[in-house]
Amino acid sequence: MPMDKKKQVILSLRNISQSFVVKNEVKPAVEDVSLDVYDNEFLVVLGPGHCGKTVLMNVIAGIETPVEGKKYLKGEEIQGNDRRIGMVFQSLNLMPWRTVLGNVEFGLELAGVGKKERRAISQKYIDLVRLTGFEHAYPHELSGGMKQRVGIARAYTNNPEILIMDEPFGALDAQTRYAMEEEVLRIWKEEKRTVVFVTNNIEEAVFLADRIILLSNCPAKVKQVYDLSPLGRPRNLMDSDFLRLRTEISDNTDLAL
Amino acid sequence: MSESPNVMTNEERVAYVQSKRKQTQLRDTMLALIGVMFFFLVWEAVVLTGLVDSKKLCSVLEVFKLFIVKFSDPNPDGALLLVNVWSSLLIALSGFGLAIVIGVPLGWLMGWYKGFDAFMRPIFEIIRPIPPVSWIPLSIVWMGIGLKAKSFIVFFAAFVPCLINSYTGIRQTKEVLKNVGITFGASNFTVFWKVGIPSSLTMAFAGIKVAIGNAWATLVAAEMLAASSGLGYMILMGRSYGRVDLVILGIVVIGLLGVVISALISKCEDFFMGWKRL
Repeated sequence: MPMDKKKQVILSLRNISQSFVVKNEVKPAVEDVSLDVYDNEFLVVLGPGHCGKTVLMNVIAGIETPVEGKKYLKGEEIQGNDRRIGMVFQSLNLMPWRTVLGNVEFGLELAGVGKKERRAISQKYIDLVRLTGFEHAYPHELSGGMKQRVGIARAYTNNPEILIMDEPFGALDAQTRYAMEEEVLRIWKEEKRTVVFVTNNIEEAVFLADRIILLSNCPAKVKQVYDLSPLGRPRNLMDSDFLRLRTEISDNTDLAL
Repeated sequence: MSESPNVMTNEERVAYVQSKRKQTQLRDTMLALIGVMFFFLVWEAVVLTGLVDSKKLCSVLEVFKLFIVKFSDPNPDGALLLVNVWSSLLIALSGFGLAIVIGVPLGWLMGWYKGFDAFMRPIFEIIRPIPPVSWIPLSIVWMGIGLKAKSFIVFFAAFVPCLINSYTGIRQTKEVLKNVGITFGASNFTVFWKVGIPSSLTMAFAGIKVAIGNAWATLVAAEMLAASSGLGYMILMGRSYGRVDLVILGIVVIGLLGVVISALISKCEDFFMGWKRL
């Protein structure tokens, strides 16, 4: 089938475990997680609150080094951070002393891209996330949704192959959150990247994902993988298939304490 | 509907809000002036009614007269007012400037690099509690009673808050902002430079403001003990000659200069921290 041809693995994690020593005890956060991420898919990592999702993402982004396990990008083992993996962080991730443009440019600036080119690339992504006209505004002048748009544009500028989004909408109010979910799908369609989206919200997961990886409660383990391609797109939150899957996942989710 | 007197157009509202704001500003300025006047009036009244011995407190007018006279008459302390001001400013600003140039970067480095912190901390912790004035005898022995000795003392007074605040400021850099740098492949030094230092500026400036207060206070103490000119010296001479007006003039000038310096630092802060406005 042509569908299967597209399914090339771009990133794989093999037996990733991460734990922390707190006082004189070892606290496991992630336990033996192996997963594959396919090229250009929208993968959602779903799990209860504080189950080690962020730790897992930090491992993928190279912010943390796992105690055990390996990660492969396009078949090559990688260690630490890699510029081909970009990240959209949880809320409050902008530098308050930089304008929207300054924040979006940050990655390019670090990469040593010249000023003119930096401006051009940044403008392209500012337009993509629909913040045209706000280039010179400071973060404290923006709403929560707009701030996350800046974060998305910033991650895009470095042209990453994989975009990790770590609960980017967790701090938004419900209405803005729905709007941003649709926005993120629009942006993803316009600028196709492999997305790994983390959330604790089941509805959000079912609305966005090509596939869902459900994690267990702490320490995080892969509990189940759901393929959502039968649902098609665009999705309707009230569709019976949608609701059925949502209930199914809900029943299978560990309660966070 | 537009005829209703209660509905304003946008332009009218802007004009209205702006005029209100102006009124408030004018009122506050007036109140400030009245406050100062009131202070002087009470002072003058206390002196004129003889409530306080004129040997202990002189009238406002006398101080003002002396202020004018001291522009051209070096007596009784031996220097013109402006010479005294200049001599004090030179010491304060050189010591204070040195404290910023050394203290702030040192705070940044100690706050960011743990090893450097471990190395520097004990030395700093020992120096920190020493009252700056207690350096006076040593500094006279080492450097005489000139500019250098006093700058040195002022430096110690200003150095501590500069260092502590920039240290604390950079330690409070948000983890997520550091991570943004890391995911873009930045080295630790780049994150320090591009994320840590800008994050710390609010705190660093607060430290600088504390430092200038300390510097100014210590300066006068230093000049009272070892000097041949300067505002502190002028006050001391006023005491020796029993000239209350000279003492008070010195105090008032010190106060006014303090206000001017603080205002300049605030301007400087506005320049670096423009994003904070609004």
